[in-house]
This record gives sequence, structure tokens and C-alpha cells, in this order.
Amino acid sequence: MTEAPLLSVRNLRVVYPGDDGDFRAVRNVTFNLGRERLGIVGESGSGKSTTGRAIMGLIAKPGRVEADQLRLGDTDLMKLDEKGFRKLRGKRIAMVLQDPKFSLDPVMSVGKQIAETHRQHFGSDAKTARKAALEMLESVHIRDPERVYNQYPHQVSGGMGQRIMIAMMLIAGPDVLIADEPTSALDVSVQSQVLAIMDEMVRSRGMGLILISHNLHLVSTFCDRILVMYAGQIVEICDAGKLNEAQHPYTKGLLAALPELGHRRNELPQLQRDPTWLVDLPAAVGADT
Amino acid sequence: MIRVENVSVTYGHGASLVRAARNVSLHIPEGDALGLVGESGSGKSTVMRAVAGLIPHAEGRIFINGQEMPNKRPRETRKIAQMVFQDPYGSLHPNQTVDQTLAAPIAIHGLGNAEQRIITGLTEVGLGREHRFRYPHQLSGGQRQRVAIARALILEPKVLLLDEPTSALDVSVQAEILNLLTRLRRERGLTMLMVSHDLAVIAHICDRIGVMSRGELLEMTTATAMADGAVTHPYSQQLLRANRGFDPSSIDIDA
Repeated sequence: MTEAPLLSVRNLRVVYPGDDGDFRAVRNVTFNLGRERLGIVGESGSGKSTTGRAIMGLIAKPGRVEADQLRLGDTDLMKLDEKGFRKLRGKRIAMVLQDPKFSLDPVMSVGKQIAETHRQHFGSDAKTARKAALEMLESVHIRDPERVYNQYPHQVSGGMGQRIMIAMMLIAGPDVLIADEPTSALDVSVQSQVLAIMDEMVRSRGMGLILISHNLHLVSTFCDRILVMYAGQIVEICDAGKLNEAQHPYTKGLLAALPELGHRRNELPQLQRDPTWLVDLPAAVGADT
Repeated sequence: MIRVENVSVTYGHGASLVRAARNVSLHIPEGDALGLVGESGSGKSTVMRAVAGLIPHAEGRIFINGQEMPNKRPRETRKIAQMVFQDPYGSLHPNQTVDQTLAAPIAIHGLGNAEQRIITGLTEVGLGREHRFRYPHQLSGGQRQRVAIARALILEPKVLLLDEPTSALDVSVQAEILNLLTRLRRERGLTMLMVSHDLAVIAHICDRIGVMSRGELLEMTTATAMADGAVTHPYSQQLLRANRGFDPSSIDIDA
């Protein structure tokens, strides 16, 4: 990669202290993010969401984030305090969560929430912020932005809610968007629309996208590259199109365990977990990418 | 085994009347598995709940095992059809052990021999004696769903109703539960009605698939036809596309 990465993660660890010593929810995680769509897949508890939250500075105490390097462009995220992160979030790095019903403020009209983000980061007046919010709503393909602007979260559908979230997250023009299961709560008919919008926005703005998902199918068709996580570590990095050539037995096991339309098997091969997968891997696994 | 004739389910009355299911008819012969797919609000779960007797149907008739099901079900008829819900975190009582959960239906139906039934029930779904006195929070998601399946099977029903039984589970756990369901169906000759939004999961378990939208059963097709892409209804086609992954070329993104 000739261009400097947008995000550079070296040997990231997220540690929660426990009665039996520290628990490392994320360990030895190393990767670079360029202007690309990077997928992180894994099962519940694999550390994929925690990795995203660590980058956003959202790990609550007593959890600790440790890393040899965690840089967003020229900013060292390890040196930031909460105040510093607050300036950064939304402006340079943003996150879309699974269910818009819970991530939107239920007692504020959606337009105001988007405008608030604009005012916060640009110190703009109400009129400018409103105009920017309306433009943003239009850019996520909402046909009647004026009407949606005045609606409250409970009045919009799930798909519409996720468009609104995307609009809010992108209004301050971040370089990196982290989407954590952005379509899992949506109907299949709207899932692909939301993904297409995210794709369009990320491409047209030259952003980097991290898509966190448990859906192997989706990630392999949507992303450029995939990180496969197991028990807090990246066990494999592969090109999205080459997921079926994956080497790690965990990735292979997951793929085999998926039921397939038109290829009915009497019994699905069940994943046999190997204790050796838990052994610490060299942190340099994703360093050269 | 299951016959649903022109069933309609309504909520509310007067101006706020909602017809959640309209004139739905379907037939599932003994030992067969039928899947219902559709987006949220399409009425697929409503139909299943009407068959289970959890909600009354306003019109039409429901037969299970040749018996017509009235809206107020006598206790004996409940034994014939049992249901497994989507979220094992929500469907098990958090303050009751697995043992209590499994003992309740036995007591309600006065079956007796609870000890033996519980042990057999647990073994059947691949759980051991060590799980018997645990609370739900001491079990993984997959284990909880096994308990939910054991609870449904402990009355030895002929019909199993499955409402998104694996959508709250990880892929590897989903495979285990699907294998378990396949095995139980084969061994016990169970008749199944399943609701899911995952086409691959439905096609794995069911031979026939019904597509629902806005309360109506639009299309009755087979897993094989789905796999070949031989479906006519737009929603079925959309489901098929979504199953293949992300394809920007086929999406109209305006809303």
C-alpha cells in the first residue's frame, strides 16, 4: 500500500480485570485500514465489536485499551482523553450500530439530531445546520427530506432509521466509518438498500469502512478484505472474493456449517473447536497489509 | 396432520381493525415440514400462532391431527402441537432451573414419571445430567435453545412449531440446532411448521415453502424451485437475491 493508511492498529489489546486475573477480550490485533471496505467477521464473543469500540474510545472502565500503536491518520488515539475523543468522534471517525431504534434519541426529531451533530462539530448556526441536515437526508436517498426531518424515531421504519443514522454519522465528514451489524435488525428487502447507500457514500467520499458482521455471505460479497476473528484474535485475513479459499480451520468450519440453498445435506458439519486456536498468535499477522 | 382452511386473524375492531392474516389455507401431511417466509408484518408468525392456539382466529378452520381446533383449546389438544420460540433468552423463565422448566408441562398434563421423562428429554437434545439443575443464565444460547426444544418435546407432540428457531444463534450453533431438528424429525416422524427469514435455513429443513406478504399467502413453492430460482413473486425473488449476498446492481435505493 503506497498511500498512508487511514487507520493503523498494532497489537491492540482490550483487557477486563477479573477475579482470576485479566481477561483479554481482544488481543494481538494488528491491521491497517485504507480507503477500502474491510469486513470483520466472527461469532459472538470473538471480539469483533470490542475491536470497533476500542478504536472509537468507547471501552468503559474497568476495561483497558492497550496497543503498541493506534493511529487515526496523524492522531495518536492512545494519547487521547475523553475530551479529545469527543472532538474526534463524528468528525473523523463515526459508528453506525445495529438497531437505529436504540441509537437515536427518542424525544428529539431526527432532523434536529442530525443538525445538532453539525452544530457541535462546525459551530454552525441553526439555519446552516438545518440546511446541511436536509442535504444529508437527501444524499441517503430519502425522497422527502423536509417531512422526515420533523419526524421522531418511533415514526420511521427500521430501514429509514438506519438511513438517518448514516446521514448523522457522515454529516461531519469522517474519514472512517465503523458499522457494527448495521443491517442485522432489518428485513432482507431493506438490508441491501442500506448497504448500497453505505457503499455509495463511502466510495464517493473516499472513506474507509469497517463492517462488523456475523454474516459471512454478506461480508464476502460487500467488502474488499475480511478479517476473521476467533477468541479475541485475528486468525485469518483474506480477500473477500477468496473467502472460499480460506486456510484457517475455523473459517473453513464456519463456511461448512452454513446451510446452502440448492445444496441440501442431511447433516451439516459441526464446527469442532480446537484448543490450539486459542494460542497467542504473533501480533504481526496483519502488519504487512 | 395440519390443515388450515381460509383462516383470517384480526386485531382490534371498528376503524382500527387490522387483518393480520387473510384467507390463509395450507396443508401439511404427517411427517412433512413446511416453511413460511415473508418480511416483518407479513403475517407468518400470526399464522403460526393461530395454529398453536396462542391467538384466536376470526374466520376459517384449523385442523390438527384430524381434529378441529376451537379458539378455546381444551388442554389435551395442546399436547399435539408444541412451539419453539426465536429467542431462548426470552422464552425460558430466568428464575427457574432447567428441571423446573421441563417439569411444568409434565405436571400440567398430569403425565407422571417426571424423573425419567426429564432425563430422557435432556439426553434427546444432547444435554447431560449436569445441565439439569442450572438456571438459563448458566447456559449458552445453543444450550438454552436445546432446553426450549426439550420442553416442547417432553409432551411427545406430533407437531413442532418453530418460530425463527436459529436466528438468535451463531452460525456454528445454528448448525448444531438444525442437525438436532433434522434428527428429531426423522426419529419421531414429527410434522413441522417453521417460520424464518433465512431462506437457506428454511430450505435446509423444509420441503415446501410458502411466501407471505401483507397477511396473504402469495406463493407456495418448494425448496428445489427456490434453489433453481423458479419463483414468480417479487418478494420471493428479493429473498433469493438477499440470500446470494450483496449485489448493488439489483437495488433501488430510493425511499
